[in-house]
Amino acid sequence: MSLLPFCEWLASTRGSIALHESLYMYPLVESVHVLTLCLFVGMSVMLDVRLLGIALRRVPVSEIIDRLVPWMVAGFVVMVVTGVLLFYAIPIRSYQNIFFRLKLIALVLAGLNAWTFHSGIHRRVGEWDFDTKPPKRARVAGAASLALWAVIIVCGRMIAYNWFDCDMPQRPLVKWAAGCVEKPR
Amino acid sequence: MLLPYFQWFETSAMGELIKNSSWAFAVIESIHLLALAVIGGAVLMLDLRLLGFGLKRQSIPDVAREAWPWLVASLIVMLLTGFALFVSEATKCYYSTPFWVKMTSLALAIAFTFTVRRKVSLTEDGRVRPALLKLVALVSLTLWFGVGAGGRWIGFSG
Repeated sequence: MSLLPFCEWLASTRGSIALHESLYMYPLVESVHVLTLCLFVGMSVMLDVRLLGIALRRVPVSEIIDRLVPWMVAGFVVMVVTGVLLFYAIPIRSYQNIFFRLKLIALVLAGLNAWTFHSGIHRRVGEWDFDTKPPKRARVAGAASLALWAVIIVCGRMIAYNWFDCDMPQRPLVKWAAGCVEKPR
Repeated sequence: MLLPYFQWFETSAMGELIKNSSWAFAVIESIHLLALAVIGGAVLMLDLRLLGFGLKRQSIPDVAREAWPWLVASLIVMLLTGFALFVSEATKCYYSTPFWVKMTSLALAIAFTFTVRRKVSLTEDGRVRPALLKLVALVSLTLWFGVGAGGRWIGFSG
C-alpha cells in the first residue's frame, strides 16, 4: 500500500498550500525545528556521554535523567510539532525523499533504543547510579543514541537537497527506495 | 571596505573547491549542525543551572567545569566548519544582514562566555547574587540565540 494518494490529498489542502507558499511562516517553523535541536539533542548528548562514562561522572545517572529528561521531552514535543508542520507543507516531495525515509527509520530505531534502555537496565539504575563507568548495556544504549541522533540530524539536513528526487534521472535502486511512480503521459 | 577581502576568500582555492563540489557544502553543513547540538547542550546545561533549573543538586562551578570542555571543543568545530561554509559564499555573506547579525552576536557571545560567564560560574556557590546569575544566563542565551537564528536566516536570504 502506498501513502502517496494520502500525501497528494494532504498537499491539496488549503493549510498545506498556505504554509508552503508563506513568506515567513515556513522559514520560521523550520528555524524553530533546527534551533530546538540544541535543547532536545543537546540534553540527550549530555545524558548519553554520562551513560558512556565520558563526562559528568560524579553526577548520579538518576539525577541527570530526573533533571534533564523533562527538558528533553519539552524539546521533543516542539521538534515533533514543527516537524509534522514541515511535512504538512511539503508532503509529496518529503514522502518520496530517501533522506526523509532514512530519517524516519532512524527515529523508530532511536525510539526502540530509548524504550529498551528505560524498560531494561534503567530499572536497576539504583545499583549503578554512581558508577563512573555504567554497565555495558547502558553504555551501548548511550552510544546507539548518539549514533542514531547523528544520522537523524544529517538526514534531516539532506532532505533539502534534490540529488535523489523523483523528478530527476535516477538509478532503479534510488527510484525504488524513494518510491518514485512513473506518471502516465 | 571589506568587500575585496570577501571576494578574495570566495576565489581562493578552498572557496572554489567547496563551491564547485556538489556535496562538500552539504557535508560541512552537516558537521556544523552536529556540533550545534553539542554546543547547545553545553551552553544550556550551565545556563539552565544558573537560572535554577536542570542539575540543581550539583554546584554551579561543578556544572560549569563539566560543560566547559564540550563547549570549547564544539565551538572549535563550529568555527572551522563555519569558516569553510563562509569562504564558499563570502560575497553573498557580505550582502547578507543575517550574516552580520550572526557575526556580531558571535563575537559578543564568545567574549561574554570566556570572561563574565566563566568567572561568575566558577565562583563558589553563594558568593554571587542569584539575580546576577540569572542575568548572566539570560545574556548568554540571548547572544547564542542571535548566533543560531542569524545563522539559520543566512540560508533564507538572497
